[in-house]
Amino acid sequence: MTTAGALLDIDGVTKRFGGFLALDRVSIQVRPGERLGLIGPNGSGKTTLINCVSGALPTDGGRILFEGRDITQLPAHQRTRLGIVRSFQIPKPFVSMTVLENLGIPLEYAAPARSGDAAVGALDILRMIGLESKAHLRPAGLTQIEMRKLELARAMAARPKLLISDEAMAGLSSAEVDDILTILFRLNEQGITIIMIEHIMRAVMRFSERVVVLDAGNRIAEGTPAEIVRNAAVEKAYLGE
Amino acid sequence: MKIRGALVVAVAVIGLGVLLGGLRVNPYIYFAGYVVLQYVVIATAWNVLGGYAGYVNFGTPAFFALGAYTSIALLEAFRAPLPVLILCGGLVAGLLGLGIGYLTLRLKGVFFSIATFALSVVLQTLIINWDYVGGAKGYTLIRPPVPFFRSWAVLLFILMVVLAVVTVLVARTIERSWIGRGLAALRDNEEAAECMGVPTLRLKLFATTISGFFLGVAGAPFPYYVTYVEPSSTFDLNYAVNALAMPMIGGTTTWLGPVIGAVLLGTAQQIATVTISSELNLLIVGVVLVLFVVLAPEGLTGLVRKLRRGRA
Amino acid sequence: MFSWDLVANAVVAGILLGGFYAAVSLGVSLTFGLLDVVNIAHPAFVILGAYAAYVMNSSFGLDPILTGVLFTPLFYLIGAGVYRIYYGSFERRGEESLRGLVFFFGLLFIIEVALSLKYGVDYRMVEAAYIGKSIDLGGVGIAFRLLVPCLVGLAMTLALYLFLSRTFYGRAVMGVSQDQVALRLMGANPVRIKTIAFGLGIAAASLSGALLITISPVVPSTDRDYIGRVFAITVLGGLGSIGGTLVASIILGVAESLMATLFGPSWSLAVSFGILLLALAVRPAGLFGR
Repeated sequence: MTTAGALLDIDGVTKRFGGFLALDRVSIQVRPGERLGLIGPNGSGKTTLINCVSGALPTDGGRILFEGRDITQLPAHQRTRLGIVRSFQIPKPFVSMTVLENLGIPLEYAAPARSGDAAVGALDILRMIGLESKAHLRPAGLTQIEMRKLELARAMAARPKLLISDEAMAGLSSAEVDDILTILFRLNEQGITIIMIEHIMRAVMRFSERVVVLDAGNRIAEGTPAEIVRNAAVEKAYLGE
Repeated sequence: MKIRGALVVAVAVIGLGVLLGGLRVNPYIYFAGYVVLQYVVIATAWNVLGGYAGYVNFGTPAFFALGAYTSIALLEAFRAPLPVLILCGGLVAGLLGLGIGYLTLRLKGVFFSIATFALSVVLQTLIINWDYVGGAKGYTLIRPPVPFFRSWAVLLFILMVVLAVVTVLVARTIERSWIGRGLAALRDNEEAAECMGVPTLRLKLFATTISGFFLGVAGAPFPYYVTYVEPSSTFDLNYAVNALAMPMIGGTTTWLGPVIGAVLLGTAQQIATVTISSELNLLIVGVVLVLFVVLAPEGLTGLVRKLRRGRA
Repeated sequence: MFSWDLVANAVVAGILLGGFYAAVSLGVSLTFGLLDVVNIAHPAFVILGAYAAYVMNSSFGLDPILTGVLFTPLFYLIGAGVYRIYYGSFERRGEESLRGLVFFFGLLFIIEVALSLKYGVDYRMVEAAYIGKSIDLGGVGIAFRLLVPCLVGLAMTLALYLFLSRTFYGRAVMGVSQDQVALRLMGANPVRIKTIAFGLGIAAASLSGALLITISPVVPSTDRDYIGRVFAITVLGGLGSIGGTLVASIILGVAESLMATLFGPSWSLAVSFGILLLALAVRPAGLFGR
């Protein structure tokens, strides 16, 4: 795929931690509206890559382009304002605020609301995700899956063009996984490009149009879910020789 | 309460202060009141950075003393009037806050805290060696004839009432604004706040500057209050501990906390210094601080909130 | 006037001082570098150790360093207790940063004020056979009161290094800073490991306090001089690196000594602050940081 027209263009990104090479000239292009799955064994660099894309970590080489614009030097909060939003593997809610107020922050900062719309917008999101009844609770009073939903809801409140979901389903039951998947599908229908990082293969394969596989900081495979499942290199990466 | 309501209350409080100034009481009462109100300013200023943003400043003495010594320098150079002293004391201290913030706020919060502590020690060394403002020997201020009011005690008291009201108003306005919400987000989880669009570095620098500014404002009239300014009492560790203890006791998440803490602890200390040694007094403050941090970290306002929620 | 003799003496004194600074900083290297606990009260425990040595010395004539060694079990227990309170109140609830810092600052304050209530603000010192003597090596005088603490400091550094790299508990301490889950799987309890490490850090304070009062007289507020130094060393050396702590200590010792000789003693504290800011600005990971 050519880089023109890509929503997100990760171009030869390299990242080192001291002597350890976490990402080795990784290049991935994401089309607008695409559902991309990003998989790989533990330590392959998935979260590091996401941290570089979101701006949480600086890169040691390569560029990152969003909608054609070079964002490699932009701080994280400005990337969020441009529309790159991520959720965290381990939920990081704002503990001193209610669920509703938690959504208020991205609404106010990342996607400045038209006057009066702020509260309405947040409630709509909560309704869609099923957290409406908990709007005035603090995060401490939420269950595990509710926290994950809050994490997603907060990301949605930032009005993303690109949503990166980092292992939102780890540790959830089968029904709960389907719950989250439904929400993600609905978001994609609304036009949001989604990158999903997951270990739950059933979810990734069902959700993704295309899958990219990382191993030890390198992109080792790319294709449809069906192709990836049959790929020998992928099998080796996960199961060893 | 809307801003208009708050302004009405503010003016009323100042009016009350003026009325109190008209009473014929022992001038010591006014001086004691000055100290308590000074702590309202200090605690509120500290809390803008410590409570709202979650960054602990151990170097309150540095900012306070900078306000005092800027006054002295300006008095020596220009015989500047009090309002100018207050404004400049605040500006210089605010700049110090901005500077130390710029150097250390991109790193973990603990480095900022350590830097502020070391800052106190270094600044004190600098002042001790600067004879223009009196150095180690100290600086003596001869108060000119008091303008408008009956006595300097009354003037200083009312001045501090005004400064306290202004500081609390500013803190309250920040707290309820989008800045305050952004600060709360970065206090709760800085990484998440940044990823939700909050410009964390800019907000932190804002908080450090405002906090430093008002700490300097608190210190600017100090030479008029004590008339003899020397480094060891101006840089007293007392200010550092009280600046922490008062918001901790009152509650750090709202403007009311530092006010309550300052009034309670400040008044208690004023009473105590007459009865027990100042060192025992300090020891008790330290113990109370640790007890509150361990047992009631949300302070008195937090306890009240919990009680109300439990009853609801 | 500038003279090589003066500089040589300053450098040597600085190196010896550095060995002592390493002793003082080891505890923080352990607790802050490896456990991520910001114990800014550490210098207060050092002063506590110094006063313990003073009391034993003035009442019973005990050698200060002997006192320091004797009191290590007591300080270990105190450290373990303090960590338990810290853990139960803050770390477990995940609210370490603000409250933990204030907690330790409160402790520092309480210790300092309690000491000044009990012993006043006069300078206290100790007397021992080797204080006051010195030897001469090629024109450079080496005072025993600097040499002995330096040697003890080096010994402590070596001991801690060996403990961390060769013993089970030591390696567990290194492990707990990197991967708590793996540690649990190995059967070690992270909280227990951290308690041991913290206790060791405070135990080190006991001995370094004795060294401190051997070098120079103390007052309760001496602890404040060391907050800047200790953290400057820990940052410069690199969090978690014992060797780095030693190197950074010597660098600081020499810098301070030269500064004091050339510009006067009142500026030596500014040196640690300057080094700290420089390190934070240029290379926050330190010289040997992880």
